[in-house]
Amino acid sequence: MWAILTLLVENKPGILFKVTHLFRSRNFNIDSISVGVTDNPEYSRMTITTYGDEKQVEQIVKQLDKMIDVLEVKHLDEHKTVYRELSIFKIKLSNANDSMEVNKLANAYGGKIHDVRKDSIMVELTATPDQIRAFEELAKPFGIIEVARTGVAALQRSGA
Amino acid sequence: MNKMETMTGAKALMVAMEKEGVKEVFGLPGGANLPMYDEFARCNIRHILVRHEQSAAHMADGFGRVSRKPGVCFATSGPGATNILTGIATAQADSSPIVAVTGQVPVAMIGKDAFQESDIIGMANPAVKYAFQPRSPDEIPMVVRKGFYIAETGRPGPVLIDIPKDVQQKEASMIFPDEFKIRGYHPWTNPDIANVERAIEMLLSAERPIILAGGGTIISSAFAELQSIAELLMIPVVTTFKGKGAFPENHPLSLGPIGMHGHAEANKMMTEADCVLAIGTRFSDRSVGTFEAFEKRLKIIHMDVDPAEIGKNQTTSVAVVGDVRASLRIMVKMLMQKTIKRTEENTWIKHVKETKEYWKENLKLHPGEMGAAKILRKLREILPHESIVTTEVGQHQMWASLFYDVIQPGTFFSSTGLGTMGWGFPAAIGAKVAKPDVPVVDIAGDGSFSMTENSLATAVLEDIPVIVFLLNNFTLGMVAQWQRTFYNRRMIGVDQGKCPDYVKLAESYGAQGIRAQSMDELDKAIKTALKSDVATVIDIPIDPEEDVLPFVAPGTSLADMILPS
Repeated sequence: MWAILTLLVENKPGILFKVTHLFRSRNFNIDSISVGVTDNPEYSRMTITTYGDEKQVEQIVKQLDKMIDVLEVKHLDEHKTVYRELSIFKIKLSNANDSMEVNKLANAYGGKIHDVRKDSIMVELTATPDQIRAFEELAKPFGIIEVARTGVAALQRSGA
Repeated sequence: MNKMETMTGAKALMVAMEKEGVKEVFGLPGGANLPMYDEFARCNIRHILVRHEQSAAHMADGFGRVSRKPGVCFATSGPGATNILTGIATAQADSSPIVAVTGQVPVAMIGKDAFQESDIIGMANPAVKYAFQPRSPDEIPMVVRKGFYIAETGRPGPVLIDIPKDVQQKEASMIFPDEFKIRGYHPWTNPDIANVERAIEMLLSAERPIILAGGGTIISSAFAELQSIAELLMIPVVTTFKGKGAFPENHPLSLGPIGMHGHAEANKMMTEADCVLAIGTRFSDRSVGTFEAFEKRLKIIHMDVDPAEIGKNQTTSVAVVGDVRASLRIMVKMLMQKTIKRTEENTWIKHVKETKEYWKENLKLHPGEMGAAKILRKLREILPHESIVTTEVGQHQMWASLFYDVIQPGTFFSSTGLGTMGWGFPAAIGAKVAKPDVPVVDIAGDGSFSMTENSLATAVLEDIPVIVFLLNNFTLGMVAQWQRTFYNRRMIGVDQGKCPDYVKLAESYGAQGIRAQSMDELDKAIKTALKSDVATVIDIPIDPEEDVLPFVAPGTSLADMILPS
């Protein structure tokens, strides 16, 4: 099971270390992690995605909840959550047509084009991890030079 | 609003600790904690000097478990701090309240690989309940206040306070807070009444109910409540090893500890039960073995203060989260309002009693005069019930579990989670400091005792007369037993030789050393030690080939005990 966890934590040095250390010491893996300060500068929000069966996810949530620097932790239901990840792809351009083809593909996924060169082009795509993976598959034939991804940021929908 | 006072960080630390009621600190000075040490000259806290920082942490641990208030240990930076780490991890594994205060290199030197610098905050992170590193002296009063609160509330545990040397030295105006808030810390939740009700129904409808009392029962002193429930419902009680002595072991309903070296009758009944009320336990592998063999038909009611323990190692039918004493009290109250018709005549209780009787008669013991069972039963016969017993780690520890009956609840302590050799003796010293008026005995083995035997210096110089009851087989006995059992008797790295001579060793420290080679000598030695006003080592040579039995091999079920042949 793929799980999105959202944590409200104290905005203090060392908290990221403690949270990631907990995953390691309890034998869990982090799929992606993103951290940023909230509207209240005393807190940060971490969004962590991980894999595990229901029991494992429940256990990591409880262990995170036990941490004194963690004020709140939620296992988000992805159907009731807005979650997005930002990714940047550097894609190879081999012939004159490629530039147009990549442009079309990027448009289809709501991506933005940056830094167009003779032999490469950069696409910025903000989407769900699934959509990013799908885009990646379609971009592969052109040749992917590099990819950078931020990890998921997520918030529960109001009233959910 | 409290009035502000100007003082150094080191002074503030001592003042804050005095406010927490600290009377003793176990520790060892060094370069980075000298400003704190200098304050001992000007405060009412007694400093007890150790010979190794690991022992300081174990002393604080022993003190903490007995007094249920955090024990405090001091160490310097670098190696002082890393030496204390084993003691911190031990306290964490056994949920024991300690506050460890380490010196650190000055703030400006942190991260520069300075002399005696270690990143103890980073190293200790997974082994502490919480760690603080105040970067300015005025943080210290609040850090101490929160640190003690975190250490002793909820599920207790170790707290580390790492103070850079310049933070100790600098002056600041200090406020000593009465009130404070820790936003992310909720040590206790109120037990869910509906779940207690469901637990009662489950217990009442069970045919073969059993109570499994864990260490949490002792931490929350739920002795009376546990006994009431067992007696009201006529349910037999087994314990984990850490829960040993949560229930009087001479009680007709007591079956003793389950586990790898549990009592045969306890393991037997545990595997036959259909419903267990598990109190303050994490279902450790050493306690429950593989469990799968019988858990399918076992309904588990789990009470624990730590919500993360629910479902961690076992799937539960009903969970009651909260202080186990509070939960049990609610249960007792509810039971009082019901009419229960359980009697001693029911088949399960009869079967339990027969099984208990059978093993009492039929467990084969070492035939020699100085077999472990006879030695430990002799100790039990002479020791007053209020005496506190600690153990080292190894065969003697498991023999103590099997053959030393705890009569007064909460008088038996051991390193059960981390299994730290060398724990028992310094922990006994800490226990004696917490309760100077009762005899304190460390049931020891030679391998484990030799790891912290230099605490004899502390016991003698600080006038803390504990008794080391040394079952000496000149061997790392438990390892030897595994080599005999699982490695075809290839004995590697276990022979300790007759080195040292523990009587001479004790005497060289100014302690009393007595060798006991017969039951008569042992009888006299224990009585002499109890009257002595110096620490005593009773060296009891035993058969190096004696195994601890029954034995449940690792990774197997409690139903598959290896028994004495």
